[in-house]
Amino acid sequence: MLAIASRRCFGIRLTLIALLFSFAMLASETVQAYTVYVSSEKDNTISVIDGESLKVLEKVSVGERPRGIALSKDGKILYICTSDADHIEVLDLETLKVTHILPSGPDPELLVLGPNGKYLYAANEDDNMVTVVDVEKRQKVTEIQVGVEPEGMGISPDGKWLVNTSETTNMAHFINLETLKVEDNVLVDQRPRVAQFTNDGKQVWVSSEIGGTVSVIDSSSRKIIKKLRFEIPGIHKEAIQPVGIKISKDGSKAFIALGPAARVAVVDIAKLEVEKYLLVGQRVWNLDFSPDEKRIFTTNGVSNDVSVIDVERLKVKKSIQVGRLPWGVVVRP
Amino acid sequence: MTLSESVGVVDEANLHAASGYPDIRLNGMELAIYTPNSIYRYNVEGAVLSSLELKNNNKRFHRFPVLISSLIMGLLIYVTPGVAADMDIHIALLSMEEEKHIPLSLLVPTIDDTGQMGAEQAISDNNTTGQFTGQSFTLTMKKVKPDTSLAEVFIELHEQGIRLFLANLPAAKLIELADLPQAKESLLFNIAAMDDDLRTQHCRPNLLHTIPSRAMLADALAQYLTWKRWKEWFLVVGRHPRDKAYAKALKRAAKRFGHKIVEEKAWTFVPGARRTDSGHTREQQEVNAFTQVGDYDILIVADEVDEFGEFLSYRSYLPRPVGGTHGLSPAAWSGVHEQWGATQFQRRFHEQNGRWMTDRDYAAWLAVRSIGEAATRTSSDQAGRLKGFIMSEDFNLAAFKGRPVTYRDWNGQLRQPLLVTSPRLMISVSPQKGFLHQHSTLDTLGYDRAESSCKQQQPR
Repeated sequence: MLAIASRRCFGIRLTLIALLFSFAMLASETVQAYTVYVSSEKDNTISVIDGESLKVLEKVSVGERPRGIALSKDGKILYICTSDADHIEVLDLETLKVTHILPSGPDPELLVLGPNGKYLYAANEDDNMVTVVDVEKRQKVTEIQVGVEPEGMGISPDGKWLVNTSETTNMAHFINLETLKVEDNVLVDQRPRVAQFTNDGKQVWVSSEIGGTVSVIDSSSRKIIKKLRFEIPGIHKEAIQPVGIKISKDGSKAFIALGPAARVAVVDIAKLEVEKYLLVGQRVWNLDFSPDEKRIFTTNGVSNDVSVIDVERLKVKKSIQVGRLPWGVVVRP
Repeated sequence: MTLSESVGVVDEANLHAASGYPDIRLNGMELAIYTPNSIYRYNVEGAVLSSLELKNNNKRFHRFPVLISSLIMGLLIYVTPGVAADMDIHIALLSMEEEKHIPLSLLVPTIDDTGQMGAEQAISDNNTTGQFTGQSFTLTMKKVKPDTSLAEVFIELHEQGIRLFLANLPAAKLIELADLPQAKESLLFNIAAMDDDLRTQHCRPNLLHTIPSRAMLADALAQYLTWKRWKEWFLVVGRHPRDKAYAKALKRAAKRFGHKIVEEKAWTFVPGARRTDSGHTREQQEVNAFTQVGDYDILIVADEVDEFGEFLSYRSYLPRPVGGTHGLSPAAWSGVHEQWGATQFQRRFHEQNGRWMTDRDYAAWLAVRSIGEAATRTSSDQAGRLKGFIMSEDFNLAAFKGRPVTYRDWNGQLRQPLLVTSPRLMISVSPQKGFLHQHSTLDTLGYDRAESSCKQQQPR
């Protein structure tokens, strides 16, 4: 009897602790309200997701085939590559209306904003160029010739370097943003998709979708220091296709979206080794952290959803249905 | 090349342009000059990369003042970063003049440069990469008349130092070239002959195939029909040996994937003119009568020569779909394909050539890109080294098919996913889900290692 009673007490205590804990969780999450924006290339929409309730608040119609998206530095504007409309649309995040368009060159796929938010750099897959756009003057400033089918764009934290990848040339081009010249080219594996600097600027990570690897490049020597490879039991290596990369601010972990393998690889940066694979939706391509980096959101193109990953526990928490073929994702504080 | 030299190049181009101003475009480190009758392409050194006579071309000609274009060219050379081209890699494309083929449908263009334009696009892609690696690629086109000796042309190219060849030729001619003593140290890519024998018996160590075999195509279709459970086929075979070879591959695929050919008939009508006024009345009667057979799920047609396959859809006695060489067709490439980044690739090609890419264009692109990829990774232009890399574990090529393409080490065949298409949309891509293989699911298409008597070849 005694034993049962104490066990029951223990049970109640556990429930209480759990309750308290979930209140604490809720409290901590309400501190940082944020919004998640997801582009859907099939539906021509931007889904607006509330970071707290994880519910889709609205779907905003934009131009044909929205893919790469980026936030302005003040977080008031979302720049959208509407690829089949051949321009960049500027979405006011207060009114959720497209206010104007920016020139971009044909078929813009991915864009990145310069360090002071004045210039936008867009990859034009159709004509082997990176286009530089002045967002205030709403003008194309110049174009930089790169390899065949430019795609990935990564800016160094000091704003001095832009690394662009070209999918058919299989290179990471190091572009000096002062002179706007390509100063170095690093050969990586087949079909490089995304370039991402570490927060200290010492490394650039480049994913090769068809090669199935991520090249970790030393930013100063421009040499590949490690090629990360991925192995998932039961999944053929050809289905493991790395695309999106996000690196935590403290430089401890990297999250890599593995496309049709429906997994996100978690990489220990100090060891440069994969520590875990997380099961998410199908054709996972891009991802972004919440402002406190407690969560990461992924876009799963084929299953039409966004997976929410708990970064501390490395568990997938929830899946949110969004517009068809979700592609890009950014989080606004 | 200096500014004054670049002006020289443009002047030279101006001489070529007998009538009107040339249209000058910069494409990477290449200068392309379009004149009403020809296209000339130069690299930065001012060397001619290729020249091409145009027939019935409908390109628009913008009239650029030559001097301004020269200035742009000069600027490009000073501004564009990279390495001076210090390795020239020469590739030759050999083809034979073929009888003009008039398609049965007015919507289908008559193409007389299939293969060549795919090779040109890959040369341009390779050269864009080459500007960063110091390699430049050139293509020499040789199209010979049927009564000219191909061997002589080959030997002449060999004497010029060319060791990398694309062959847009029938199987017999291809083997004849591969067996020449001069071809021993060369590498040949078959971009046209789909004969299964070339993959099962008549393999050559210096011969690779980027065009799929008939068996691969038939297996791709049969796998999709397994998924659909359209298991009973009515096979209609044309009168030419090529049609019969296609039918043979279909029969093998049917057996492999558990289908049954419940009816088989030979189409023996001798075609008259390809297109005639009121022709449809006759075709309506003919096909209706011809297809009065027992029940089946799908009519499968083997008409590679394209004499009658187009007539069958919507005219069969029973309301059944048509597949094979017409209707629901397996293909390496098609204008309907726009997955895995193919859109940009298709657009590039269409803008340049005013038509969609064919299987042979794609096979030629794959061959030249294989050479380019191997040259980039090995920094070599030696056929032997390039082949060594191409056949190694390290080689894989992104080819707009969603997964890397590689070569089978036993017979030199490029393994790749194949499209299952309708005339206007892509229907599916094979291998289908669930068809497994111990090495690569791509090897469920065509003759597998154990089924081929070719045991390759070079050390891996």
